[in-house]
Amino acid sequence: MIYEFFNNLFGSEIIAGFIAASLPLLIFILPFALIAVLLERKVAGHMQDRLGPMRVGYHGILQTVADIIKLLQKEDIIARDNDKLLFNIAPILVFAGSYAAFAAIPFTSAYIGANIDLGIFYIIAVTGLVVAGILMAGWASNNKYSLLGAMRSAAQIVSYEIPTILVVLTLVMFTGTTNLMTLSENQTALFWNWNIFGGPELSLAKFLLIPFMIIAFLIIYISTLAEVNRTPFDIPEAESELVSGYHTEYSGMKFAMFFLAEYANMFAVSAIVSALFFGGYHSPFGYLGNTLDIQWLIPVEQFFWFTFKGVFFVFVQMWLRWTLPRLRVDQLMTASWKYLIPIAFVNLLIVGIITLI
Amino acid sequence: MKEYFNNIFTALYTIFVGMKITFRHLFIPAVTIQYPDVKLKLPERERNRLYVNMDDCIGCDQCSRACPVSCIEIETVKSIPGEDLGKTSNGKKKVLWVTKFNIDFAKCCYCQLCVFPCPTECIYMTDVYEFSEYERENLIYDFVTLTPEEREQKKLNYEKFMAEKAAADAAAKQAPKEEPKKES
Repeated sequence: MIYEFFNNLFGSEIIAGFIAASLPLLIFILPFALIAVLLERKVAGHMQDRLGPMRVGYHGILQTVADIIKLLQKEDIIARDNDKLLFNIAPILVFAGSYAAFAAIPFTSAYIGANIDLGIFYIIAVTGLVVAGILMAGWASNNKYSLLGAMRSAAQIVSYEIPTILVVLTLVMFTGTTNLMTLSENQTALFWNWNIFGGPELSLAKFLLIPFMIIAFLIIYISTLAEVNRTPFDIPEAESELVSGYHTEYSGMKFAMFFLAEYANMFAVSAIVSALFFGGYHSPFGYLGNTLDIQWLIPVEQFFWFTFKGVFFVFVQMWLRWTLPRLRVDQLMTASWKYLIPIAFVNLLIVGIITLI
Repeated sequence: MKEYFNNIFTALYTIFVGMKITFRHLFIPAVTIQYPDVKLKLPERERNRLYVNMDDCIGCDQCSRACPVSCIEIETVKSIPGEDLGKTSNGKKKVLWVTKFNIDFAKCCYCQLCVFPCPTECIYMTDVYEFSEYERENLIYDFVTLTPEEREQKKLNYEKFMAEKAAADAAAKQAPKEEPKKES
């Protein structure tokens, strides 16, 4: 699609691949991170009856731009006893891990970075790079707090990957595909066809599935929340205990890379949740482009709905952040191993039986 | 087993209760006061930076003596006959040139004790509280309205007048001695 278009335009596979690969970064992730950081601070402020940033631009809308400029100018500090190589690779690896996930996410029916058949498993596998990057950052910083944060983060991501994958497995079993494009394509037309409402086929099974789909959604939402290290699962970055976890020693652009990766990750997991359960890029009420018979309007609308759903789930993540206190380590592990995993297993079985019937 | 499901239910239920509360707070007007743009109204009897209205000051030195930390320094010069210093707003006649009226706000403890003894109510507390400085010397405020040249001039005038007066006195003392000689 996009790749073929650029291939025809420039006649070179390398340029086309390069452009197609950097497109989501330039037109989506960077603006999204800019807006999400501001949104986070504004939401945080207003939920605590404060105002949030107010001084740069009207109601502080240019605050993140100013922050980015500040980060660009900052000195890149590398302490003497750091492991230089790992220290420099870590932020790149973390960002690459979260950015690579965007390759398989369908933004519209007209744009997907790589239409992989194993899309959802590819995303889960490639985000594993983030764990490696975080461990590297913590180890190479030569700082006890960073190391503690990194170890907590790795333990948390690894244990919460299991319920995530179990729920993904439930969905894969139910829909019979791992391709995110097909997954979204199946949930077309009205919102009643979304997977959270039991999928597109109208039968008794559809109504039986709804409660179990809602349970599956809650499990994947909680576990992805833990995977992106957001409150209430933010012990890897617990400010009051660990300064700020694995990126304590980083400054300037390297710190910005971690920050960008965190926000890219937030959107990535929200996009996966919306693609699995909430129809991906599909509009809940049909398209204006279809009624007006304008074909090019449909992808634009789809992009809007996809962003809307993603940003909504990101907003819910922020909302939860300012609602819930941080979990202790043992509570964190209890929540994953004693509650989420057994429930996800039982849910997997029940959904399987219902689909068979 | 019952406890297990109870835990799940309580966890989910309480999360939704908390989310309801935070969502409500999203629409409560913020309590922030954006300080440099918006300032809180000060209390009625607040004590901040002093100000001296030199038009009313008679140089009586009472504030300086009342000050517990000696942050007020006053020097005065008597006026010579023929000079009109005007009157204060409550009708007192001014007779002294105030050539030095320094208040060191680095020392000042904002006790307001200097304000009460003032017979003309010329020293008082204002509502200015933002006057931080980088140099401690900048906190010494000079309230005298005369220019440095004028202050020197007043001192010289007075010294000259005293010298003339002393000379006149000396002349007057000698004159009565000489006169009796003439008479006798």
